Amino acid sequence: MSYITKIKEISEKILKDCTVEMVIGFRKGTVPMMNEPCFAKTPAEVKQFVWDGNCGINLVNYLSDRKEKIGIVAKGCDSRNIVTHILENKIKREQLYIIGVPCLGMIDRRRISAAFGTEITEVREDGDQVIVTGPGSEKTFNRTDVMQENCAICIHRNPVIFDEMVADPLEEQKEVDRYADVRHIESLAPDGKWAFFEGILDACIRCYACRNACPLCYCPTCFVDEHRPQWVGKSQDPIDIRTFHFLRAYHCAGRCTDCGACERACPVGIPMRQFTKKLEKDCLELFDWEAGITLDIRPALDSYRPNDPDEFIK
Amino acid sequence: MEHMGIDPGRLQFSWISSAESTKFVEVVNEVTATVKALGPNRTFIKTESKVA
Repeated sequence: MSYITKIKEISEKILKDCTVEMVIGFRKGTVPMMNEPCFAKTPAEVKQFVWDGNCGINLVNYLSDRKEKIGIVAKGCDSRNIVTHILENKIKREQLYIIGVPCLGMIDRRRISAAFGTEITEVREDGDQVIVTGPGSEKTFNRTDVMQENCAICIHRNPVIFDEMVADPLEEQKEVDRYADVRHIESLAPDGKWAFFEGILDACIRCYACRNACPLCYCPTCFVDEHRPQWVGKSQDPIDIRTFHFLRAYHCAGRCTDCGACERACPVGIPMRQFTKKLEKDCLELFDWEAGITLDIRPALDSYRPNDPDEFIK
Repeated sequence: MEHMGIDPGRLQFSWISSAESTKFVEVVNEVTATVKALGPNRTFIKTESKVA
């Protein structure tokens, strides 16, 4: 049985028996490769649900501070964000009915657009093949060649927390080098590092799409919007842009699950994950901490251990 | 900060008790000496013209 049939079946069931008041899933967007969130409150609305390689949006963003009982379709990374949300008291486990989806990785629409060249009218998936159609032409890609970068190096494809799975768990990817890019930046001299980030931030227009797409960014007033006190300049000055991106990354330290929602949302294609990945790597190496894996251990930044590394304090 | 391209010589974290006045002086002298040796900072500066 395909994922979507099962997703629809479970969603209909839990809406009918009033286990939940709504189910959050995906429906087809108005343009190809842009599925949008769908909030089904009646079994009839479930018919709109879809599941394919364009469901990269992190739906946990819609769970913050909700009071009702909610069903949610969750990939591996989404489920880790659910765990983080529960740990941070943004939602209660009892409120949720998690429909777990073993994730095969999401398609990078930018890679496809770049490889295809002209206008795209339809993108279909057939097993490992992605078939892209435009006016008068058709191209087939291997799924692995057009995957989002964070999905290609994903080691948590199966949901870590769920009430019902839509399929058997997938085999996790092993021996993945998750931090090659971070190590490259680390190897640069200070000037090189500065120039690297200058280069990727050059295009930033400060639209805050990255922040808005991020399930971790739920502060009622974000530090960039605050003006009494004003923490950071609101201008297009490169220093203000840099301050925004690095501070935001710090707010995600030990919480980021590398779901790639920020990168996906960016309208100018900034490799957003480069800001959070270094912190993710440090958390793993220094504190043996991966965000959102378990509800039983407090996060790295919210617990103190006498043997916490402190070599940087002279 | 270091990852972003700030020279590690400009960064200093110290734990100094309010009773450790001598350590405070030592650390301040050390930091000023290192920073002076590095010369003027060229990054992370807002130039007037770009400030709105």
